[in-house]
Amino acid sequence: MRVALLVTCLVDLFRPSVGFAAVKLLQQAGCQVEVPEAQTCCGQPAYNSGDRATAQAIARQVIPQFEAYDYIVVPSGSCGGMLSHHYPALLADDPEWRPRAEHLAERTYELVSFLTDVLGVTQVAAEFSGAVTYHDACSGLRELGIQHQPRLLLNSVTGLELKELPDSDVCCGFGGTFCVKYPDISNRMVTDKAEQIIASGADTVLAGDMGCLLNMAGKLKRLGSPIQARHIAEVLANQTQTPAIGEPD
Amino acid sequence: MQTTSIHFKANARRALADESLQRSLTRMRVGFQHKRAAAAAKLPEFETLRDEARDLKDHVLEHLDFYLEAFEAKVKEQGGHVHWARDAAEARQIILDICQAVNARTVTKGKSMISEEIGLNEHLQAHGLTPIETDLGEYIIQLRQEHPSHIIAPALHLHKEDVAETFHQHHAQYGLTRKLSQAPELLSEARQVLRSQFLAADVGITGANFCVVETGSTVIVTNEGNGDLTQTLPKVHIALTSIDKLAPTLDDVTLLLRVLVRSATGQEASVYTTFSSGPRRADDLDGPEQFHVVLLDNGRSAMLGTEFQDMLRCIRCGACMNHCPVYGAVGGHAYGWVYPGPMGAVLTPQMTGIEQAGHLPNASTFCGRCEAVCPVRIPLPKLMRHWREHEFQRHLSPRSVRYGVRAWAFAVRRPALYQRLSGLGAWLLKRLARGRGRLSRLPLAGGWTAGRDLPAPSGQTFQQQWRQRGGHR
Repeated sequence: MRVALLVTCLVDLFRPSVGFAAVKLLQQAGCQVEVPEAQTCCGQPAYNSGDRATAQAIARQVIPQFEAYDYIVVPSGSCGGMLSHHYPALLADDPEWRPRAEHLAERTYELVSFLTDVLGVTQVAAEFSGAVTYHDACSGLRELGIQHQPRLLLNSVTGLELKELPDSDVCCGFGGTFCVKYPDISNRMVTDKAEQIIASGADTVLAGDMGCLLNMAGKLKRLGSPIQARHIAEVLANQTQTPAIGEPD
Repeated sequence: MQTTSIHFKANARRALADESLQRSLTRMRVGFQHKRAAAAAKLPEFETLRDEARDLKDHVLEHLDFYLEAFEAKVKEQGGHVHWARDAAEARQIILDICQAVNARTVTKGKSMISEEIGLNEHLQAHGLTPIETDLGEYIIQLRQEHPSHIIAPALHLHKEDVAETFHQHHAQYGLTRKLSQAPELLSEARQVLRSQFLAADVGITGANFCVVETGSTVIVTNEGNGDLTQTLPKVHIALTSIDKLAPTLDDVTLLLRVLVRSATGQEASVYTTFSSGPRRADDLDGPEQFHVVLLDNGRSAMLGTEFQDMLRCIRCGACMNHCPVYGAVGGHAYGWVYPGPMGAVLTPQMTGIEQAGHLPNASTFCGRCEAVCPVRIPLPKLMRHWREHEFQRHLSPRSVRYGVRAWAFAVRRPALYQRLSGLGAWLLKRLARGRGRLSRLPLAGGWTAGRDLPAPSGQTFQQQWRQRGGHR
């Protein structure tokens, strides 16, 4: 099974270890993983800024890079949702591209749900000692229905104690360009989120989206909290030797 | 009402610094969200009812002209009057004319957001009439000369201490000078004051949650009973509503009520659900002598056939704002006009202009909670995005957004350039972090770093490392 990894621009720039963790998880599950070279970004910043024409142009650039693979896997619910929900809507009026967008959308999955829902993975060979809480990133949760899948796999990690995060379904305040367009409101939202993470009693917070993780980790660090933030893929792939997000080398 | 949506950012900053407001919002979030969730969980068919409610509203909107005329005919058949108002000014004039025709002086009012939309109270006052709000929340904010901060809980931003202070200040004129502190005492005093107003009123104005086509009735849901006193005691009852409130049959109204009340307050039914069908008949013991329905358009018909048509399904339950993290952070007044939260972020640009209200559809993370709880499944994030598209096309978006997106897109569409730039960025940010793993300040990213650190990259992008390891591409 040939699987293309859409690394996502944030993982590419800020957290390559998530990309490698994703590759490892997919390979362990028997996939042949490739990383299309010319990939950049899925186009959400343009799409959510109202620049529909640019978002369409980027979709037409992404589709040919990925459409020849059996599956397209993304370590992000947000970018995954962009391909699987918004590309077909963006290109709905284009008779040539609409079927291609739909064909791509049908085979695009967020990483964790791909492992569980498509490959039937129910446990991982990983160890992590500590109390962990999990934030349900908005797009993954509400656009893609990802909720039980990460919990299923996390519960199979040896030594890991999962503590549910109060209001885990409430947005952390990242919101792409929102966090820089409305920084005061975003800061208030991520402050609430950080307080809930601290109250959960966990020493590590996990999520499936790099944007939320940068936001939550950045806030926890600013508050002087020792709680560490990681992408769920790193824990599932047993690749937690790298410093957590925002920690010194 | 004066709009301040254009100052949303400053409004929001003020709201975030207002500790009293913040306490109210925390209480609101917990209360409304848990109650709705519990009510939805208790009704197994709730999700199916939401689908049916959506389909029903869509059907009515597809045949709106037919249903509007049928409703008008039915109201007339029962001896009522129907008035068509194209905009706020026409609606105000129609209502003033009805009041003046009966030499009205005191006008009692049930809760109505349309009344806020058209600025009715100010207009009546300017012509020598005395409008009295009789919904407790509306009454409180009327005394304080404020506007609702929530569409179903207008005084949500206040605490009972604020109410006690307000009553102490305004009720002395009725000889009520005791300083109160308990909610039941405050409620009782408000009832006492309002009772005489109910009896003195010449005209009663209510809104209408729904207009029933088959019976020519208007329907209101209340929890205080003030709506009934408002519409049955005076000689004249005016139901002020809008063209998007029609339900063909009583069965349809039942469906909409079941999703409305659960979504709004988590009740199975509101305490009062009141149907008004024409003026009093010869053998009726009570009821108004005149029954008027004012049907407001005010930009609604212009939404038909556009990407915003779905918004006309809205039944004004408030669930979207109750679950919105942005509303929960800044409250309703920050939005700067009548309708706050996600539904307001879609409606306000339509009614006051995107030039004024551009911030509202932008101030959303698109977290999708509003759409997830909307009883009629309005795709609110999608509609907010459409407003952003309108702005972008008309070059109304801030320059930072337009030029920022353009520069970013230039690189994204050139993969080789993009990867050189991201490699450079990864290297530079790591250097700037100086081994701390994060940046507490960064030029051009002050919005981010004002409140939080920016985690630093590890020095090389994934693509660079993948290439070095000879990975498949």
